[in-house]
Order: sequence, then C-alpha cells, then structure tokens
Amino acid sequence: MEHTPPPFFNRGPAPLVRLAFFASLSLALLVLDARFHYTDGLRSVLALAVYPLQRAATLPFELSERVAGYFASQSRLRGENAELRGKLLQSSQQAQRFEAAQAELERLRELLGASKRLPVKSIAAEILYNGRDPYSRKVVIDHGTERGVKAGAPVVDASGVVGQVTRAYPFTAEVTLITDKDQAIPVQVLRSGLRAIAFGAGSTGMLELRYMAANAEIRSGDRLVTSGIDGTYPPGLAVATVERVERDAAYAFARIVCRPAAGVERGRYVLVLAREPAAAPAAEERPAGAKREGAGRARRARRKGADGLQ
Amino acid sequence: MAFSSDGGAQPILLPVRAGTIVASLGLAVLADFLPWRHVALAPDFAALVLAFWCVQQPRLVGLGIAWILGLLTDVGNGVLLGQHALAYSLLAFAAITLSRRILWFGAWGQALHVAPLLLAAQGVSALVRLAAGAEFPGWSIAVGPLVGAALWPLASAILLLPQRRPVEVDQTRAI
Repeated sequence: MEHTPPPFFNRGPAPLVRLAFFASLSLALLVLDARFHYTDGLRSVLALAVYPLQRAATLPFELSERVAGYFASQSRLRGENAELRGKLLQSSQQAQRFEAAQAELERLRELLGASKRLPVKSIAAEILYNGRDPYSRKVVIDHGTERGVKAGAPVVDASGVVGQVTRAYPFTAEVTLITDKDQAIPVQVLRSGLRAIAFGAGSTGMLELRYMAANAEIRSGDRLVTSGIDGTYPPGLAVATVERVERDAAYAFARIVCRPAAGVERGRYVLVLAREPAAAPAAEERPAGAKREGAGRARRARRKGADGLQ
Repeated sequence: MAFSSDGGAQPILLPVRAGTIVASLGLAVLADFLPWRHVALAPDFAALVLAFWCVQQPRLVGLGIAWILGLLTDVGNGVLLGQHALAYSLLAFAAITLSRRILWFGAWGQALHVAPLLLAAQGVSALVRLAAGAEFPGWSIAVGPLVGAALWPLASAILLLPQRRPVEVDQTRAI
C-alpha cells in the first residue's frame, strides 16, 4: 500500500527544484543583460520600486548637513562669503573675456565655413550614493529622464570631467566615473595638441593613456582636455594632469599615469551636460530606415499575397 | 559544549508577523544604500537579514523572496541584472537546508555557520562579475561577509525582539 502525505502537509515543489528554477532564471537574466541588453524595461520598472528606499537612505545625511549648516558660525560664513565674492568677480571677468572670444570664434568659423558649435544645456544634480559594487566605479545622481538626463551625457563638476551617464531611469541616473576600467575618454594634450585616449585605471583612482608611442611628445605636468572628436564630450573640458611617464625600451608604448582634474571620488554636486542632438546625422539616417521599413512592408505584403494564392 | 545554547533554556517566542519580516528586509536594503565609504568592507545587510529569516522561518521566507530581493539589490546598485538574484537564491537554499542544524547552536555558533554561507554568496557574485569581464578587486571583498557574520548575534537579538514575550511572573499560577 502506498503512503502519500495528506494534502495539508504539502509544501510545494522540492527545495532543489525551486533552486534550479530560480538559478536558471537568474542565469537567463544575466545572459540577457550582459550580452543582449534586453532588460532595460524591467530595470526601469524595478528602479521605480527602489527609488523611495534610495531617497530614504540619503535623508539622514541631508538632515545632518542642514542642521550643521544652521549652526555654522557667523565668522566662518562671512569668510566664506568674502571668498566667494572674490571668486565671482574673477570668474565674471573671465566670462566676459570668454564671451568676446566665443563671438570671435563664431565669426572665424563662419568665415571658414565650419559648422556651428551646438549650445550645451546643463542640469545640476546631486550625487545620492556610490554604487555598492567593488568591481566598477559608479555613482547614482538624483535626476533622471524626467529632467532630461539621457544615457551617454557627459557629467562634469567645477574642475573637470567626472564621468558619463550610462543608464537613465525616470528619477535617478547612473554615472560611470572616468576612473572605471571600462570607461574611455578622448583627450588632447593642451600644450602640444597631441590626441590620445584616456582609460580608467580601476581601483587606483587614476587614468592611463594607452597606446602612446614611447617617444610621444608628453611629459609629467601636462594638462589633458577633452578633444571633442567623439561628439559626446564638448571640447576643452579639463580631464586630467599627467603624473608620471615611464618609458621602457622593452615596450613599444609608454606607460602614462594621470591624475583626474575633477573631484571624481569626492564631490557632491555635478552638472549633467545635455547636448542638443546634431541635426545632420539624424536626417541622414531616417530615410534609410524608412526605406528599409518600406521594403520590409512590401516583402510582407508580397508574402501575404503568396499566402492568399496558396 | 562551548557553542551550544545555555542549557537548552530557549525562550518561547510569539509567532512571527509577516510585517516584521517585510519591514526588516526593507530596512536591510535601505542600510545597503547608505553611502558607505569603503564599499568592499561594508557588510551586505540584505544578505544577512535574508539568511536570518531563512534560518528562523524556512516555511515563510524562501527562494522566491530571496530572488526578488536580489533583483532589487541589482537594480539599486546598477550591477548586472541577476547577479545578486543568483547569489541570494543560493544563500537562501543553503540557509533553509541547514536551518534545523543551525538553530541548535548559540548565537556565536550560528555566526560560525553563517560566515561560510555569506562568503559563498559573495564568491558567487564575484564569479559572475569575473565571467562578465570585470577585474578582480582584491581579497578585501571577503571582509564584508565576515563582518556580516560577526554582526549575526546582534542582528538575531534585534530581529527576534518583536517576538519575545514580556516576562511576567504569575505568582498565583498552579504550576
């Protein structure tokens, strides 16, 4: 006689079966995310669910900062105020000169027949927290697509480039710092005009110029700015300062280590630069896409006709 | 025995409320989102609380909850989707399988049992990231799980607090 447990002891599928189910589900998600990037929709839905927790986690620090600000001493505030006034005066003078120079540049570019530089819109944002991931260098900022932050937008602070928005959610966005191992940024040596690509060096918090010939015209102390030839970063933003150049006759390339100009791992407030999309490439792409779509439709219609005939 | 609970005098606990479990898991995820200075050294609170409830209430908290918690952690930290989901599913499975054994021990004995589980969960996510092409961040990633295991006695004292019966001595009771 067969003994089966009564239905009230039924506990569903065996634990091992459940483990196999959930593990394979996770593995499938991993492959979909890492290889095919199909999970963006699911990600933004879940990001909305996590958003209140993310905000709540930063509340105590905001509160303590506000309280500390309230009790800041009078003399320190006055000192800071005077310093800021001095800085403002200095930068407004620089801004006037910059405006004149920009007008002149526009005129020269018109004479040359070069395309106009696009205006850059900036969105101020605050860093919510560091991504809790020892394998990459990311921060989460407090504005997302609802304020016009888009994936791919460069992020800067007062002294230079911080990184690039890699994922934009409705209310938050992920910024990959330029020190991340997989982040690259096209730069130019300010002194000599030499172009190069700076890669993040990972956990050291530095940048590296790879694939530079051993006799390249570069020395420690050189300042690197964005070259702007990638169309993502506007040209002329400070990126890093060359810290040391190691030239070894055994290797074809020099080893060049640079220190980032911005407070990549320190600051709290950043600017997201939202560039208006360039008109020309989009206009070129659309007819091609439309043609392809039209062809597809025609093919489909033909097939339907064939089905009808059969 | 050094690690057994003191003389088998275990307190009788009230039945757990589902609200307590959900609230504690929420607070753990919140603690993970705090801006930690040394990311590699901070314990993974979500994994710790999840392991606790899997050991304590294996019939209520299982792999499904672990998987969803893992997904939320993945999205909140902006890592590969499924990385923590996989690690937490394995952690929950191991904790549920060992729960009958672990509950026999005192707080520090339990912590010794949980340390390898937390380490294994961290190891699984490290394997996933290395397979996806990340560089190895150094052995400091093993410190977080060990700190988490060291927090186990404190965590279990706090998480069992809502279930502890108020001690009332009834002098007129017959037995």
